[in-house]
Parts: sequence; C-alpha cells; structure tokens
Amino acid sequence: MHNEHSDAHFQLRIDNGEHIEAKDYMPDAYRKHLIRQMSQHAHSEVIGMQPEGNWITRAPSLRAKQILLAKIQDEGGHGLYLYSAAETLGVSRVEFIEQLQSGKAKYSSIFNYPSLNWADIGAIGWLVDGAAIVNQVSLQRTSYGPYSRAMVRICKEESFHQRQGYEIMAKMMKGTKDQQAMAQDAMNRWWWPSLMMFGPHDTDSPNSSNAVKWKIKRETNDELRQKFIDKTIPQAELIGLTVPDKNFKLDEKTGHYKISEINWDEFHRVIEGHGPCNKQRLDHHIKYHQEGEWVREAALAYKQKHLKKELQTV
Amino acid sequence: MATDTQLDLWEVFIQSKAGLPYMHAGSVHASDEKMALQNARDIYTRRGEGTSIWVMPSKYIVASNPDDNDMLFDPSNDKIYRHPTFYVMPEGAKNI
Repeated sequence: MHNEHSDAHFQLRIDNGEHIEAKDYMPDAYRKHLIRQMSQHAHSEVIGMQPEGNWITRAPSLRAKQILLAKIQDEGGHGLYLYSAAETLGVSRVEFIEQLQSGKAKYSSIFNYPSLNWADIGAIGWLVDGAAIVNQVSLQRTSYGPYSRAMVRICKEESFHQRQGYEIMAKMMKGTKDQQAMAQDAMNRWWWPSLMMFGPHDTDSPNSSNAVKWKIKRETNDELRQKFIDKTIPQAELIGLTVPDKNFKLDEKTGHYKISEINWDEFHRVIEGHGPCNKQRLDHHIKYHQEGEWVREAALAYKQKHLKKELQTV
Repeated sequence: MATDTQLDLWEVFIQSKAGLPYMHAGSVHASDEKMALQNARDIYTRRGEGTSIWVMPSKYIVASNPDDNDMLFDPSNDKIYRHPTFYVMPEGAKNI
C-alpha cells in the first residue's frame, strides 16, 4: 500500500480526476495556492459590487434598477459562497478580510476602473462578467471539491449577468447617435481591461504551471482569453460596436481571432495599486466594515443574552 | 478590534422539493438560529432552489476521517449478495 499522506499519492488522485476534500491530505503548496486564488476570487466578487452600486440610484428605469439590485445581490452572494469554501482550508473570515484591507491579498484589477455612465453598466455586465464566466465555467472542474461546488452554483447565476449587460449595449446601439457614442466609448474603455482579467501570458505567469499540474486551473490564461475573444468579437459586430483594436483579424485557418499585444505596463501598474480607483475601493470597504462593527457587536450581545436565559431556565 | 468576529459558522441544507432529501448547500456566518436561517435564505435560495431549509452550527458536525476510508467502506465491496442482481431467478419468473 502506498502512503496516503505523500505528494506522489496526492498527484495520483489528481491524475485520476478525483476531487480533493477539505480533510484530505494535500501538499502545503496546493493549500497555499488555493487560499490565494479562492480568497482573491471572493474579494473580487465583493469589491466588484462597488462600480455597479454606484449606479443603483441612477438607473434609467425601474426595470433596470430592479435588475441591477438583483445582480449586485448575486455578487455579494458569490463572495460569500467563495469565502465559505476558502474557509474550509483553515483560514478564518476575519483573516481574509484583514488581508484584503491591508493590501496583502489582491482582487481583480478590473474593479479599479471607474463606472462613468450607464453604458458602463452594460459593458461591465457584457464584457467583465463575460470574461469572468469563461474563467468560472472552466473552474467548475477544478480539483478542490468545495471550490468546484461553489463554481457550479455561481455559473448557474452568472449567465443572467452577462445577458443583461449585452441587452443594455444592444439597446443603446439602437438608440440615438449620442447613445451609440456612449456605448462605443464604454466598449473602448472596457475591452482591454477585460482581456487583462485573464492574467499575464502563460509564458510570464509564475503561478500557472503548478496550478495546471494540480488541476486547480483546467485551462491556461491564454487559452481562456482566446475563448473570450472568439465569443465576444462577433457579439460586438452584431450590434454595430467596433472592437478598439486596429489590427485584430480572424485567422481563417484556425478559426481564432488574433489581436494586438495587450498593454502589460498598464496591467502591472493597476495591480500594483496605481489604477484610477484602487484607493477608493479599499477605503470604501474599510469604512463600511468599520461602521458595521456595532451590528456584529449587537448580534453577539443578543446571542449572549439568550444563552443566559436558556441557562437560567434549565 | 480584538473582540470583532465574523460570528459563528453554520451549515446549510436545502430541500429543493417536498419529499426529496435535504442536500448540503454551503455555509453561512450568523450569531444565532434566526440570523442563520435568514442568511441561508438570502444566500442560497434566491432562485427558487428550495422549499425548506435546515441550518446547524458547523461545530456539531462529526465527519469521518479520510484515513479510515479503507476500514469504513471497503468491507461493503465483498458483500455482493446485498445486491438484488446477485441472485439467480428461475427462467420465466415474473414481477420479481
């Protein structure tokens, strides 16, 4: 019999397509990679509520407002599924939030861009959620059980997010000249940051190779990015939007679109904290977390009071 | 801030339709039963996923250890006579 607590046995289970559960043996580096990736994913869902929350009170109709509220509530829920799944790895929620607020943990850099007008809400739903879905569909088959189950649940809910965004864009492209210009402007600003969401090229991605070997990631950054590009360009063309890239073209042989090189300087600048909204996003999170402290205190006091009563009646 | 916590951990089980078994859906944080039930409802049943919810403090769940899997689950493999297909029925027997 082989040793069930060895890295070789672990890799064998992974190669057999088995899921790893919280109490199973796993190499430290696997656990660390998951903690980093899952918490980053959870933080992204929660910070991602801010650019859209900015437009709830200014949604152009009651229908649009209801939809936006439901979508943002979903994002909050997705953050909670992911935090719970990540907690099974032995890190507490308090620690995760401290890591986010101290800047030790990252979140998707896309949320450091501002949502300037209503067309941005369309572009966020269509492009940002669209990119997230491509990544998350792939992660449904991730090797860590709790992460995989959270992804299945999230994917069921996400497709409405992307469709509502595309609907906004399509509607604006059928509207006045000004509305069309707004939609195109949003496309111009969100296209490249959306492509950056998949992370650096495979050749420059320090965390990728182990993640693929352990089947945490089932496809590489570049493979996922290509899938998104191939899906999205025809959607843009269908409603009359221009892809803001003079050099993109369809490679007839492979059936894939080729695009210009991504501006990686911008990518690194935003990740390192110099995007338009990095400070604003974190300040907002810290402020509301601190202002909510009394609610948590009150909830605990209420619990204590009832525990005492129960003890007295025993 | 030392006293600040994220409340207790609870496990959530959802019954999707009357008559079906309750399935584990995930977890929530809450300070008491009422909050746990409310949070479970908000987080896990936004699209008609359930007709009934159970919540219980995670600390009361007792789980088997994966190291014991051989001892716990292997013995059932050699008792194929527990399955109906093990038995040979006479030709022509019906409704059995």
